[in-house]
Amino acid sequence: MTGLDLAFATFGLIAVVCGLLAVTTTRVVHAALWLVVSLGALAGCFLVMGAEFVALVQVLIYVGAIVVLVLFALMLTRSPIAAQTEVSVGPRRRVLAAVLGAASAALLLAVLVPVVAVLPERTVTSTEVMARDLFGVWVWPFELLSVLLLSALVAAFAVSRMDRPSEDTAPAHASSTDAPLLGEAEA
Amino acid sequence: MSLLGPYVLAALLVGIGVYGALSRRNAVLMLIGVELILGGALVLLVSTAAAGQDQWSGGTVLSLFVITIAAAEVAVALAVILGVFRFRGEIDLFGRGR
Repeated sequence: MTGLDLAFATFGLIAVVCGLLAVTTTRVVHAALWLVVSLGALAGCFLVMGAEFVALVQVLIYVGAIVVLVLFALMLTRSPIAAQTEVSVGPRRRVLAAVLGAASAALLLAVLVPVVAVLPERTVTSTEVMARDLFGVWVWPFELLSVLLLSALVAAFAVSRMDRPSEDTAPAHASSTDAPLLGEAEA
Repeated sequence: MSLLGPYVLAALLVGIGVYGALSRRNAVLMLIGVELILGGALVLLVSTAAAGQDQWSGGTVLSLFVITIAAAEVAVALAVILGVFRFRGEIDLFGRGR
């Protein structure tokens, strides 16, 4: 076992344990914070595998943007800070979910472990080579992706401005989270 | 380095993510499970890059694409969840609304 393997195992262990905590904790905010640690450890794994640019993007986008979005959503939906059991399904469904999760992990292990190769040396894709490929071979998918990002932005904006079809009163209230109080009676 | 570590990590992350996505009632917490599944896919893509078996730096570039698509997906999903919260007053996936 080389030093790289040891470093990978350490980061991977942190990622798996924190991922488990993120999906089992009963405090909603803690779940998002455990996800930060898990994704940060995952960035460490990418660093060990020699993909330093992916690791940096992982920290910037996942930890910096996605988790902040998730935390904002938790705050805007008035999720309680205290521990509560009803964020998860009942014990019977939880066992079923655990069986399905273990089954998918076992399926992937059964497919992947037989093709494990021991690399004499990891291949480090330098950022320069990656950039040349990204703006050479991959330039059309890259452009398509920017269109996708733009349409996702516009769609998110449109969805968040959407009114209930039956009520055309007070569209100014639609952007606040107090809106459900308005149409409560007919719900 | 051995590729056993990345493969085991990817499988475990996908398993944990499937459990998280299936066992949560809060819609935002279900998204956390989906993020973990995407993390498992990322580990596999980066491991192909580390093995040097990808053409045109595909492993690295595609993992960047996956991260970007995950960001777009989360933005739209959270907008939908906020819309559901406005209409129903809760984001419980089993709830019947107020």
